[in-house]
Amino acid sequence: MNSSTLGRISALLLRYFFLLRSSWPRVLEIAYWPTVQMIIWGFTSLHFSHSSPELTAGGILISAVLIWDSLFRSHISYTLSFLEEMWSRNLANLFVSPLRSWELILSLSIVSMIRTLIGMVPAALLAIPFFGISVFDLGLPLLGFFLNLVFTGWAISQAVTGILLRYGLGAESLTWMLPFLLAPFSCIYYPLETLPGWMQGIAQYLSTTYVFEGMRALIVRGEWLPELMWKAFLFNAVYFILGLGVFCLAFRSARRRGLLLQSGE
Amino acid sequence: MIQADPILQVQGLTKKFQSKLAVDSLTFSLPRGSIVGLLGGNGAGKTTTLSMLLGLLEPTSGKIQLFGNNFVRNRHSVLHRMNFCSPYVDLPQRLTVMENLRVFARLYGVRDSAKTIARLVDDFRLLELKDQPIRRLSSGQKTRVSLAKALINSPDFLLLDEPTASLSPDVSKWIRQQLADYRERTGATILFASHDMREVELLCDHVMMMCQGQLIEQGSPKELMETHHRSSLEEVFLALNEQGGVG
Repeated sequence: MNSSTLGRISALLLRYFFLLRSSWPRVLEIAYWPTVQMIIWGFTSLHFSHSSPELTAGGILISAVLIWDSLFRSHISYTLSFLEEMWSRNLANLFVSPLRSWELILSLSIVSMIRTLIGMVPAALLAIPFFGISVFDLGLPLLGFFLNLVFTGWAISQAVTGILLRYGLGAESLTWMLPFLLAPFSCIYYPLETLPGWMQGIAQYLSTTYVFEGMRALIVRGEWLPELMWKAFLFNAVYFILGLGVFCLAFRSARRRGLLLQSGE
Repeated sequence: MIQADPILQVQGLTKKFQSKLAVDSLTFSLPRGSIVGLLGGNGAGKTTTLSMLLGLLEPTSGKIQLFGNNFVRNRHSVLHRMNFCSPYVDLPQRLTVMENLRVFARLYGVRDSAKTIARLVDDFRLLELKDQPIRRLSSGQKTRVSLAKALINSPDFLLLDEPTASLSPDVSKWIRQQLADYRERTGATILFASHDMREVELLCDHVMMMCQGQLIEQGSPKELMETHHRSSLEEVFLALNEQGGVG
């Protein structure tokens, strides 16, 4: 990575820093939703701990919520940063500058990681005094779970931002919808066997399934299953390439159709 | 200031959107240090042409040789030497004038950016606006900031799409002067798309008139007026329009 590349990436990081600095609701929002989720599921967990202790053993519900939220936050943080460029009609300024597509993707990923950490860490820390549950007790595997879900989030974001480039802001709702399409198949709150056969068939091709199966094995049975983690990373590598492919194809199509100059609805 | 060697050579540049031919086999070159006006009615293909010259739009066919490089295949090798300003594109609205200039200076790898920004703030009378977010500025003020952004990397090739659209005559005149000064100071080449015939007449050394995607007439404003026996470019444009030559 040469100094020009670093300069361009730092320019975009500076741009997103200025944006956050200019709008306190944006900063608040980053930490707000993960914390609210944690509180709601914390009390739900507390309630079920009396009637169905197996459901909440080892803080499994809160851990699942927080870990799943890292996928959603990483995706939303990436895509919202891209949407900011569309909303402000600034994309053409970026695309006629020496900035390369991969530098834009890398910048959005760095911003996404920073925003995800700002959102998730306070929620995870607050869960300790509030509900006596520390997701950090998972140790090093937590880093694996977190990174896997962040990568899945980025892969979805690459595809979504490509679709936004090609179809404009009319496709904005996909930003919110797509991660939730994965949720029922990802076995966040229930084991894989709970799903009917056809859903299990789909679930086995999702990296998220292996993350949550691995998390459950660790929390409920104290078993660390690294093979599940590697499977998740392998699937994520495939998704990442697919997401990148969708973005590149959509960018090319947008460039052919003249959509980069007027990227609105 | 104008030098014979062209910085831009365009050959057979064509853009087809499905069945619509937006730009049809354009061939022209721009001499280094010239200010060239691209004139034409609505839908004549001016913005489409500029978009292709900026790399925002992929041509259907044709060649663009910019600074001696094949621009269609390898635009990244020359993008740092060009810049643009268009009413279709805004700067980030929540960022202040200063923040925007700092971001773009870094994006273009401007050395001694503080000094460059200070000069642009001074040139474009932005001192009092420098801490204002872009969204709070009037359209004239926004144009001044956009032009400052367009000059942040001291481009050798500047593309302007109707930069003075919707501005009052005094601001337009002031901006024309800034562009002329910039060309005088740096020897940059400026391609200027506009509806404003008077403006083009006052600023440009050479004019290209487009109609239905084709280049139908070109020359210096004086040559065009003489050829068509008219006293202004506007009259030339209207005469061509009456003959069905301008879209």
